[in-house]
Amino acid sequence: MHLELVKRPEVSRVMMVGSPVLAVGLTVIFAAIVFALQGKDPLAGVYYFFLEPLTSSWSIEQLIVKATPLVIIALGLAVCFLSNNWNIGAEGQLTVGAITGSMLPVLVPEFASPATLPLMVLMGALGGALFAAVPAILKTRFGTNEILTSLMLVYASGLFLDWLVRGPWRDPKGFNFPITIAFNDAAIPSTIPIGPLYLNLSAFVALVLVAVLAVTLGRTLKGFEIRVLGQSPRAGAFAGFSARRMTLFAFMVSGALAGIAGILTVASEIGKLQPVISPGYGFTAIIVAFLGRLNPVGILIAGLVIALSYLGGEAIQTTMQMSSKVATVVQGMLLFFVLACDTLILYRVRLVGRAPKEPARA
Amino acid sequence: MLEAIILTVITAATPLLLAAIGELVVERSGVLNLGVEGMMVMGAVCGFAGTLTFGTPFAGIIAGALAGMAVSLLFGFATLTLVANQVASGLALTLFGLGLAGLIGEGFVGTPGLKLPALFIPGLTDLPVVGRILFGQDVLVYLSFALVAGVSWFLFRTRAGLVLRAVGDNHGSAHALGYSVVKVRYLAVLFGGACAGLGGAYLSIAYTPLWVESMTAGRGWIALALVVFASWRPGRLVVGAYLFGAVTILQLHAQPLGLGVPSQFLSMLPYLATVVVLVLISGNRRATRFNTPACLGTPFVPDR
Repeated sequence: MHLELVKRPEVSRVMMVGSPVLAVGLTVIFAAIVFALQGKDPLAGVYYFFLEPLTSSWSIEQLIVKATPLVIIALGLAVCFLSNNWNIGAEGQLTVGAITGSMLPVLVPEFASPATLPLMVLMGALGGALFAAVPAILKTRFGTNEILTSLMLVYASGLFLDWLVRGPWRDPKGFNFPITIAFNDAAIPSTIPIGPLYLNLSAFVALVLVAVLAVTLGRTLKGFEIRVLGQSPRAGAFAGFSARRMTLFAFMVSGALAGIAGILTVASEIGKLQPVISPGYGFTAIIVAFLGRLNPVGILIAGLVIALSYLGGEAIQTTMQMSSKVATVVQGMLLFFVLACDTLILYRVRLVGRAPKEPARA
Repeated sequence: MLEAIILTVITAATPLLLAAIGELVVERSGVLNLGVEGMMVMGAVCGFAGTLTFGTPFAGIIAGALAGMAVSLLFGFATLTLVANQVASGLALTLFGLGLAGLIGEGFVGTPGLKLPALFIPGLTDLPVVGRILFGQDVLVYLSFALVAGVSWFLFRTRAGLVLRAVGDNHGSAHALGYSVVKVRYLAVLFGGACAGLGGAYLSIAYTPLWVESMTAGRGWIALALVVFASWRPGRLVVGAYLFGAVTILQLHAQPLGLGVPSQFLSMLPYLATVVVLVLISGNRRATRFNTPACLGTPFVPDR
């Protein structure tokens, strides 16, 4: 008995929408098994993990807070992955964006004007983009594997942030805690009431970015260039597109977006810099990008789904005394299921019994 | 002093060497498994758990290798049976492994472990200068060298090794000749998983007999870089692993000396060194082009 793939005559439209849904369904079943293995009621676990966070307006606000950086980063990663550039150092670009964006409120705290926040976002984007340019330039100039270099820079940037908040940027009145001074009010995004919900300005930034990327990828020549170079660099070259310039472009766009996510997260969630500023948004965004099928609108939905797993992890910890680490396991498993289910778009999977031995063909 | 430094370099290099030799075989068969970090961390936690459960580090070694194989099978199923994207599946394996290891290891945080004993051969280990370095290591150190020699012999001196390289260089031709590409690759992925698991187990049983979450700290990724550095030749892997072991240990020794450099910058060294080394080696086209398995990372669907 083994599985056999049969190529479909054409791409399955049903499965293009169905495969992420199927993957989420399989993940729910898998999560129930994990709960059962831990000796807990699987149905209650599934309820608290996946549904309970949707029942109060407070937790829906939290859901959007968590989804915001995931969506922003994943949009940039989609540009990279579509053009066949493997930036997996978004976590590092997020960190550097948070650092460069925080320069204004940390080093010049007396500068408080309506321009403060836009400037911070701009500097965060610039820092993230320049940091992402490093693996891109190494790739185009020396042919260095961008996966490994972008990842190594994540560790370096984390250590750099650690040094900053324990060293030169430490709050002198902070009782020796490794934190910077608190941001002034002008540096903190305001919240806007929408019906019963109070939404952070960052969430609207994310929505605007989704729209911008959706138009760019779907309706412009640049979007076409990204896709062509990703699927066939040779065909792209005939069209006059440069794969090298695309590498730099894709990395800098995704670095800028990760940087924006970094400074927005720090400004809206923490209000200062500290050694750890993200629960791995940069890595989780990879899952979001694939679950959203590298499509901006899909990424928006996927970001909310994955954000749910963060809240679900906290929920089962408080209500069922289970480890919040279950959330990371569920996220990792979800990516596996997404990738495996994507096979169904191009292939039909058949279970084949042991076939009778065919006589050797001449 | 020098002897002490060499001894610690060996302990820092061994986990890298173990994980990298496995990945080298995987990549030679044409599969790029970026999940080394995830397999290593699973090896670390299961190695630690196995040691405590059965009361001997040798049980931990076996548990670590089995754990690495078990999760590598997930990757194999996704990429070989379902021909999913290898890069993305490798990342999935890393994220999943880090999460699952954290979950399994939660009860072990802060529990003291058992250290894998060093061998003691009367007479030889007592030799001055070289005695402890050459004859007083633990079994996994010797195993890492045996694996390098074994893999080297297997790849370049046996028929099965030739088949494996053929599958990695041209899966279409290998299939046409009647070799099962998918089967060869499954075996290679499992071997890679076992080696990464051993490397992880070394961390939690020999390097620091403790379980700390994410204790692999990017070593799986460095092991991947080492395979590129070695341009897919087992012998050069030893040089690379010991070079990186030395960098790791040098920064540890430099920290108490002060030197006015903040410790965070010293801790960056292994990661930055990886980047520098990758740049240098990929600038050398001859070394990389010649040896890169031609089908590395490309999926294979057998036609009937």
